[in-house]
Amino acid sequence: MTWETVIGLEIHAQLSTKSKLFSGGSTEFGAESNTHVDLIDMGLPGVLPVANKEAFYKAIRFGLATGAEINQVSSFDRKNYFYPDLPKGYQITQMTKPIIEKGSIKIFADDSEKVINITRAHLEEDAGKSIHDLFEGETGVDLNRAGTPLLEIVSEPEISNAKEAVAYFKAVRQLVTFLDICDGNMAQGSMRCDVNVSIKKSGDKELGTRAELKNINSFKFIEKAINYEIDRQIRVIESGDSVVQETRLYDSEKNETRSMRSKEEANDYRYFPCPDLLPVVISDKELQEIKESLPELPEEKEHRYISDIGLDESEAKIISSSKTMANMFEEASTKTNDVKLVAKWLVGDVSALLNKDNIDIEESNLSPENFGKLIERISDTTISGKIAKSVLEEVWESGSDVDEIVETKGLVQIQDESILVEIAKKVVESNPDQVTAYKGGKDKLFGFFVGQVMKETQGKANPKSVNKILKKILN
Amino acid sequence: MTIRYKTIKEIKNMISHKEISNKELVQEVYKLINENSHLNAFITLNEDSSLKKAENFDNNPSDSSLAGIPIAQKDLFCTKNLRTTCGSKILDNFIPPYSATVIDNLEKAGCISIGKTNMDEFAMGSSNETSYFGNVHNPWGENLVPGGSSGGSASAIAAGIVPAASGTDTGGSIRQPASLCGITGLKPTYGRVSRWGMIAFASSLDQAGPMARTAEDCALLLNEMCSHDIKDTTSLDENIPNFEDDLNQSLKGKKIGVVKDLDLASLDNNVVEVYENSLKEFVSLGAELVDISLPNLSLSVPTYYVVAPAECSSNLSRFDGVKFGRRSQNPKDLEELYIQTRSEGFGDEVKRRILIGSYVLSAGYYDAYYKKAQQVRRLIKKDFDEAFSDVDVIMTPTTRGAAFEMGSKGSDPIQMYLEDLFTISANLAGLPAMSLPNGNIDNKPIGLQIIGNFLDESSILNFAHMYQTKTNWHMLTPEGVTK
Repeated sequence: MTWETVIGLEIHAQLSTKSKLFSGGSTEFGAESNTHVDLIDMGLPGVLPVANKEAFYKAIRFGLATGAEINQVSSFDRKNYFYPDLPKGYQITQMTKPIIEKGSIKIFADDSEKVINITRAHLEEDAGKSIHDLFEGETGVDLNRAGTPLLEIVSEPEISNAKEAVAYFKAVRQLVTFLDICDGNMAQGSMRCDVNVSIKKSGDKELGTRAELKNINSFKFIEKAINYEIDRQIRVIESGDSVVQETRLYDSEKNETRSMRSKEEANDYRYFPCPDLLPVVISDKELQEIKESLPELPEEKEHRYISDIGLDESEAKIISSSKTMANMFEEASTKTNDVKLVAKWLVGDVSALLNKDNIDIEESNLSPENFGKLIERISDTTISGKIAKSVLEEVWESGSDVDEIVETKGLVQIQDESILVEIAKKVVESNPDQVTAYKGGKDKLFGFFVGQVMKETQGKANPKSVNKILKKILN
Repeated sequence: MTIRYKTIKEIKNMISHKEISNKELVQEVYKLINENSHLNAFITLNEDSSLKKAENFDNNPSDSSLAGIPIAQKDLFCTKNLRTTCGSKILDNFIPPYSATVIDNLEKAGCISIGKTNMDEFAMGSSNETSYFGNVHNPWGENLVPGGSSGGSASAIAAGIVPAASGTDTGGSIRQPASLCGITGLKPTYGRVSRWGMIAFASSLDQAGPMARTAEDCALLLNEMCSHDIKDTTSLDENIPNFEDDLNQSLKGKKIGVVKDLDLASLDNNVVEVYENSLKEFVSLGAELVDISLPNLSLSVPTYYVVAPAECSSNLSRFDGVKFGRRSQNPKDLEELYIQTRSEGFGDEVKRRILIGSYVLSAGYYDAYYKKAQQVRRLIKKDFDEAFSDVDVIMTPTTRGAAFEMGSKGSDPIQMYLEDLFTISANLAGLPAMSLPNGNIDNKPIGLQIIGNFLDESSILNFAHMYQTKTNWHMLTPEGVTK
């Protein structure tokens, strides 16, 4: 029996507004517990929400970038349930009339392109956090996050495997960071997702019963959780049982999913229109202004890098894959005439370091400004390529300024050829055996002399000049 | 000199003619509260702060429109640093860190908030028998209810303790107690007065308004209560007239809608007689009577009892013992914390409405109840829109009868809900409506309801004021006619 997997993702992206969705409370991450909470966030008796237009503008940017329908009149509903970190006993969300409907996004997985449709993207407020491990026998509640605006992006069930799911999440993350509507920081919870997984017999039209996986906050875990869940569902069905509709929690330590609650135990959220908020209207003028303010998107960048700048397709794809990478490229390109050199460093050494540490460029110590300086120093021959490599490694470790490293370590390339001639002569004189052998036809020994000169100069010699000088002396 | 049974207008004169100092005035109010403590009209008093404010007015006379006027505030409005209970055990320890916009507006105009008045728990009730802080008594007779939910406010004014009070009206909570206590009270157009700081019962129906002895005083109060408030998105950004200006317009040629569909036969004969007498009075003032039809009026009570409980079931979810208010002691887990806190903290009527509301919103029932109720609500509004194309105001009795005895409607909630038969439709349609005294039945007062068109409080106040220049029902007190 072969099985087909059907996956849909609900991605929660925290919108990078200054204040919360319905209050003036700050959205800044990492403040002391319960210090970014105002009367509205606390849900005190008698307080009323006022919708933050900025959140709408950010949501609309996402809608425009995914070719979606923008509902210029959208409304809010209440989703009722009790939880200590939900101060009002309901969450204000958009159930019946979301701001965004029917978009799509292109993904690349297994070397092929696929379009995933987006059913809807709606605004809602985040809850606070329950803290279970700080107080013995008690639970703490931190409401700093309560009321933070989220854009919940719901895909159609069109994703076929874990790799595609990861590619889809990456594509959404790339887009929201390019659009400057979410910082994409998964470690801080700025992006999280719930995954709906079901399996069916190959060729069956009807979808199988799905399980919803909660609490997934990294690419690695999305892939692992889905693969575990697919195996589990196949085992269940092949052993003669059936999959039950339920919510399951992914435990990354044990790499397994566990049942949280079944459909029968699920809350009846008693949705109804929020009577405290009038429908929010976006004017044609506002919509036009948002359209005009949209930045160049990843796909557009990629095309421009290939056709206008002449990068290879693979280089263009890697560089346009993240906003920071593209920024680095564009910033460094202004420091040199050799744009291909910039691409070579990004795709080569920088990417190698990223792979080695298994991190994203945003998480590294390398800033676009510092990378620009590195390229500038290579380009104006202040430092050699070899030295540049070691400088990059040092920046990677410490985040120090490129010029400072070059200066304090005395790494400036030796520009005075007479100094190199002196050193070369000395190397030749102190290695008479090798000279004899070289002159006897052992051409390969030329590299030995170059190496010795580089060693003497601690790598600060320009290899081209060294070659030239040695050839003159030895021949 | 006493301020007992005096109007705002009269007290303003007394202050400006130095017949009484601000401090003496406030002292007398507290004396009257003590002498009438059997009414149980107040939950929390604000004596120290009020006396200080009064002394301050004595030292620095103010020309603010309501400078030094003592006012009782319904305990549903949040008052900064002053306990706010909403008549419920679950909030018996709640001290808000902020004040409602209505309170701020009135205090800015110079009002002195004397104390917080008793009310039905979370404004759910029509007799003030659901308050955790005990029944409020109607000064018009032993064991008579004052009506509800703004029963404490109505009782305090009827007893002549204060000239004015704030109230709120979700289905008749200003007008019905005004009728039963023989005072004048106005529910403005939905959105005229900010809801910021009003503890929500049913958000799409709640509206704060003035309660006083006369329509003229209501106009003075309304002038200060209204404001466009950016903290409440349902607050209207509309021109606010000076409601005092149009009080004396002639009623000649103005049209009063008389509702054909009212089932007057089901009413006490005396109520019908009182009602018809006042219509005659208006005719003698030059107004014309026009028959109008409100075909969906009979659906207003069932519609209301779906919409209001639905909203309340959600609005009251925040009272969970986690962040503020009362928390049950030693729950064994989270579930028990919720269940015990809410079981102990809420009274029966509140629980009943939360249950009804949760039911009508639940999956599978939403369309049959909540959605249908919203559709009927639109029909009721449409009926009014059509009626107001022909008339300036609509008049009905406010209540089906005069004040009833405590406990007499306790066992049957439906009988209690029918108390609001005539008042509820104005809330569903968002229209302004007033009750003013227009008669007496067995020495118990009763009121006339005047419903106005959207944003047209001025016409209501004009009709009511002209009526009060010709009649003295509003000057009757439990002790007889004053002056």
